[in-house]
Amino acid sequence: MRIIATFICFFAMSLAALAVGVDEGRLTDPAQEARAQDIMKQLRCLVCQNESIVDSNAALAKDLRMIVRERITLGDSDQQVLDFMTSRYGDWVLLKPPFEGATIVLWFSPLILLLVGFYVVYRNLKKQKFITTAEPLSRDEQARLKELLTEADDC
Amino acid sequence: MIVELGHFALILACLLSFIQGTFPLYGALKNRGRLMSLSAPAAYGQFFFVAISFFALMYAFIVSDFSVVNVAKNSHTLKPLLYKISATWGSHEGSILFWAFVLALYGAMVAYFGRRLPKSFHVTVLAVQAMVGFGFYLFLLLTSNPFERVFPFPMEGNGLNPLLQDPGLAFHPPLLYMGYVGLSVTFSFAVGALIAGRVDAAWARWVRPWTLLAWCFLTAGLSLGSWWAYYELGWGGWWFWDPVENAAFMPWLVATGLLHSAIVVEKRDTLKAWTILLAIIAFSFSLLGTFIVRSGVLTSVHAFATDPERGVFILAFLFLVIGGSLLLFAMRADRLQPGGLFAPVSRESMLVINNLLLSVAALVVLFGTLYPLLRDALTGDKITVGPPFFNMAFGFLMIPLLLVMGLGPSTNWKRADLVGLLGRLKFIMLAALLATIVIFYIVDGGEIMAAVWLGLGLWLLLSTLFEWAERVKLFKSGFMARIIRQPRASMGMSFGHLGLAIAVIGISGTSYWNLEHQDIMRYGDSASIGGYDVTLRDTDGIAGPNYTAVKATFDVSRDGSTITTLEPEARVYMTPPMPTTEAAILSTLSADLFVVIGEANNKEHTEWAVRLYYKPLQLWLWAGVAIMVLGGLISLSDRRFRMGAPTRGYK
Repeated sequence: MRIIATFICFFAMSLAALAVGVDEGRLTDPAQEARAQDIMKQLRCLVCQNESIVDSNAALAKDLRMIVRERITLGDSDQQVLDFMTSRYGDWVLLKPPFEGATIVLWFSPLILLLVGFYVVYRNLKKQKFITTAEPLSRDEQARLKELLTEADDC
Repeated sequence: MIVELGHFALILACLLSFIQGTFPLYGALKNRGRLMSLSAPAAYGQFFFVAISFFALMYAFIVSDFSVVNVAKNSHTLKPLLYKISATWGSHEGSILFWAFVLALYGAMVAYFGRRLPKSFHVTVLAVQAMVGFGFYLFLLLTSNPFERVFPFPMEGNGLNPLLQDPGLAFHPPLLYMGYVGLSVTFSFAVGALIAGRVDAAWARWVRPWTLLAWCFLTAGLSLGSWWAYYELGWGGWWFWDPVENAAFMPWLVATGLLHSAIVVEKRDTLKAWTILLAIIAFSFSLLGTFIVRSGVLTSVHAFATDPERGVFILAFLFLVIGGSLLLFAMRADRLQPGGLFAPVSRESMLVINNLLLSVAALVVLFGTLYPLLRDALTGDKITVGPPFFNMAFGFLMIPLLLVMGLGPSTNWKRADLVGLLGRLKFIMLAALLATIVIFYIVDGGEIMAAVWLGLGLWLLLSTLFEWAERVKLFKSGFMARIIRQPRASMGMSFGHLGLAIAVIGISGTSYWNLEHQDIMRYGDSASIGGYDVTLRDTDGIAGPNYTAVKATFDVSRDGSTITTLEPEARVYMTPPMPTTEAAILSTLSADLFVVIGEANNKEHTEWAVRLYYKPLQLWLWAGVAIMVLGGLISLSDRRFRMGAPTRGYK
């Protein structure tokens, strides 16, 4: 499934070590650490595909996790941490695209497409009322039908 | 020598596909019997030669013939045999050859099983199939030759990404490809119907089993990939909305819609143009998916530039196939006049809503996947569209789908009484609601969306069972016989819907009530998660055929009594050098306990990084998708659907 993703991830890092570790600098206050984890889930591991820095074992993701924790100990609010990351890495670092001018089309696409779909269905159903006859069977088909029906009786 | 034979056979298959795609079609249009009779033999011959070609490449992998560039790049002598074989379809060239092989296999199947179709229609379908094949052969021969030699040749190969060295992933691509390519048959039938200018119930009957077969393979392939990601990547995730997954998921969504709209064509002789369009779109998505994934364009717009030859060929091919078939559709669609009428509240309408929601879902996934690419190309802004967007947008569409799914099977064809329907099902709704509240109370609450998904899953589960009970008149005299004598297609539907209900319940559990614990552990240390106590007993160094590993032993106990031991591994492969995790999982009906051993935390190797995950109802997800595939297979066994068997026993 993630063949390509993992390939890219690995080659981008030129096969750097990726073993699973546990961050040493975890915050001692469980509430703060939980907040940090929550924020990390919204940030992208920059060298992977659609993978958050929580899930990634890449070295860069580890560095980013430490930055998040650092900002939190400095007293940043959740939004301030996200803003700090965006100012450094751009919108690209956010897994959830920001809700603003150009992305409004994206965010509303399900609703827009659904409404368009409903309209098309509605228009077609209205049109349908005027068509009432099905194409009659040709003579060959009539014969086949008869044959099939008798055959169906057998089984 | 065998490699050259494979190359030569590929050229022969290419020529045969050209013949199959042209002369018989001309014969069908001009009603020349002798030209038409070329069709089936050409299909068999094409399959024969591409099979030789495919197995020649596989042979090169098995004997590790590194004078073949493709083998040198993707294999290694130390790899176990299974992975040498699976490396055949692991590379770009190999996977495209595999595509062509499966395409020809389906072509030969249509030639054989469809031999009693009306002659000119049969010939047209095979011609369309061959034209697609011709494109793939040209692509292989001109830009991606898997048989290219190199001299002087290397003594050892590069190896394959160790993450892919896993039984789950050895079988995942073939299943997925059987699904992707299976949609080509539906596509060929659709284009054939457009050329012939008519679609009727018989057409729908021929098409349904092929769509169903492709759907079963797609579902199985996707699930296997997801399952692999779950146990192999080491953090218990099973769906990431990454472009590669999306590329496989879009055809699945459309194929699911197609499966349902074909029912309407068969039973009610309406929605014909729409069904044809869906068939075209489904195959277009699978072509797009294959090429998008294989060309790497999604990871970077610049992938095209690094290999312009392939890129231009792909664009031209997609344009011809998708554009050509849509053009044909635009020219001929008005001939496909709908037959049966239906009221706004009816089974037909329910299926229209199903189709609408599934198609919009596929489009939203497409838009979300391509949006960063479009934005980058237009403005140069780099932006990520990640799981939060997809979960929200996709969820928004799935809520009404699951609601309607509970109603649909109980709704009458042509005209139904909504008030009566809701009246019959009101106890089911109440029961689902109550059960959700009770479960929520027992597990001490959670996010509101958890309750929504759990409730929808229960609603679908109960309403599917209710519809089944009504249909077989449960507990009225002779109901056992009725249960067994149900048409297989209806049985399959019940299983399919039941499977989805179980999967949705599983998803609500594993997405919203999961727990996670990371720790540094010394020997004898314990950690508890989800009621389990996990103790690190020991670690051991072991050696595999092409890796070394640390194997840890954990004792798992619950309420003081030992249940089992789990032995996760942390492996380091040699070629290419790379670490992977082999998680150990304790699966039960209520939850999975997922244990990962990481690297040593100190030089003495007495402290280890450990990750524990607790995934409630994870097994339900896998059981649910398995039941869905089972439903598809049961449906496929329906007598009426024998492949192209409309006239079996016709003397």
